[in-house]
Amino acid sequence: MDIRQLQQIDETTWKYGPTDSMHVPVILYAERALIESMDQKVLEQASNVAVLPGVVDAVYVMPDGHWGYGFPIGGVAAFDPDRDGVVSAGGVGFDISCGVRTLTTGLRLDDLEGRRERLADALFAHIPAGVGSRGQIRLDDEEMDAMLRGGAQWAVDMGWGEPADLAHIEERGRMEGARPDYISARAKERQRREMGTLGSGNHYLEVQVVDVVYETRIAERFGLHEGDVVVSIHSGSRGLGHQIGTEALAEMLLAAKAYGIQLPDRELACAPIASETGQRYLGAMRAAINCALANRQILTHLTREVFADQFPQARMELVYDVSHNTCKEEPHTVDGEQRRLYVHRKGATRAFAPGHPDIPSEYRDLGQPVLIGGTMGTASYVLAGCAGNERRSLSSACHGAGRAMSRRQATRQWKGSALIRELESEGVYVRSPSARGVAEEAPGAYKDVHAVVESAERAGLARKVARMRPVVCIKG
Amino acid sequence: MFGTGPTLEAAFEQAAVALTAIVCEPHRVRLRDRVAVHCAAPENELLFYEWLNTVIFEMATREMLFGRYQVQIHQGRLSGTLLGEPVDPRRHQPAVEPKGATFTGLEVRQDARGCWRAQCIIDV
Repeated sequence: MDIRQLQQIDETTWKYGPTDSMHVPVILYAERALIESMDQKVLEQASNVAVLPGVVDAVYVMPDGHWGYGFPIGGVAAFDPDRDGVVSAGGVGFDISCGVRTLTTGLRLDDLEGRRERLADALFAHIPAGVGSRGQIRLDDEEMDAMLRGGAQWAVDMGWGEPADLAHIEERGRMEGARPDYISARAKERQRREMGTLGSGNHYLEVQVVDVVYETRIAERFGLHEGDVVVSIHSGSRGLGHQIGTEALAEMLLAAKAYGIQLPDRELACAPIASETGQRYLGAMRAAINCALANRQILTHLTREVFADQFPQARMELVYDVSHNTCKEEPHTVDGEQRRLYVHRKGATRAFAPGHPDIPSEYRDLGQPVLIGGTMGTASYVLAGCAGNERRSLSSACHGAGRAMSRRQATRQWKGSALIRELESEGVYVRSPSARGVAEEAPGAYKDVHAVVESAERAGLARKVARMRPVVCIKG
Repeated sequence: MFGTGPTLEAAFEQAAVALTAIVCEPHRVRLRDRVAVHCAAPENELLFYEWLNTVIFEMATREMLFGRYQVQIHQGRLSGTLLGEPVDPRRHQPAVEPKGATFTGLEVRQDARGCWRAQCIIDV
């Protein structure tokens, strides 16, 4: 990105605009080197979002920002329904409510001594992952609608999890306002046999070890100590979310035209929040959030089964579950006035500051846990939302490392089998149905997650709590 | 990904082969089963978007991969035949699931020599 176009506000804050038709400025958070390495298209896309009707405050780009379809990934934008604000399927993304959850295990690194390989094989055998993998669950029409209304609460009621899990999931495991009746038969058909499957691409299940604790007080309250073994799961709403996104994009293109909304990019197709198209998308998207929450809950149950078999002493408790592709209605104070806004976070995590009422009571004084996914060979992080980040980023933070190169480039540079051997020599046991898929997800194909997290902390979006390194990785 | 050909239909067919190539090597897919599909749109670019998403839907719900495609288009209505077989993870080594076609880079055009090109970015 050409840094000369930007006004530097401080070490990690950069501003662009508003120019011409932009209603609000673009604010980017990252240290200089990350900004310089961002694609120029990130700024172009964020500026395009800033011209959409009803956008308020600013369009924010997180430190892991990279170009996406229409909206940049790592983008946050809020729209006011009382000012003709819009909702955009492209602002949420195709994998609705893709997210991360982390569980403690009660195990220590020593407990894995000589047993990592067997654990990797057992998880790979039990967790359906990759193209063509099939879960054991097949939902009929009635069960499908119950799942779409109930989310993780439904999964727990069905026996896939523990009631205590729900307190540590955004929305307490169930998104209100879900409308399964707004979802097409095709989208439901695509999901029918995909519950409890990991997916492919950047989705994973990792066994990790906490290797650095930055904030002992917060880490202990999250149940994290140096040397602890934890499990992190990264997955989303699978085929259902993809199909809803695909269909909504085409429908919103027509709606935008009908409402006279000038689109700088077709991928920004949108509809007024109050319109029938907007309301139908929101109802369907909320149901897809429930699907993702239920899916991660079932994956958690499957993981617990493997640990119960391999390590009967394991006690797996959910630290937290965050989604990073959503549009949620939230109260925010903007320009000194409290408003209810529709906040799009695409590849960005909600990161409520300490004291927010939507944080579980046992964490409320600490800030919302923010889970940052890493890559097979680097690290993942647990952060906590910072005081003052509502003003800075509408209570948002980054979501991961962010890709630095395309999948094609990655397969030219790495071979999957060699990469698996190399990681194994470093103590990371990778299991995947596809060697090419592993090459496409090579750690070197991603940005430096450490630099991303440092920027997020310095910018005052979230503070570092703990870092985890992988020891087992199941890739789809 | 893109497809080119002397006709609009051929470009759509080749683009779908390119879609398969995102998942696996198309030549590894045996042309054992046939699936008939239909879709429609008011203009070529949206029809291309619908076509690819129809193929992705069939891949996902039938758990199949397709190695060859046959397309007929008449007045915005597409009839297609997908030839392939159920996914065999060991033989196909599928790398990634396509989530959906996007409007990014979406273009369907005919050049001065009459050659058609259909392209867009697939989200995976």
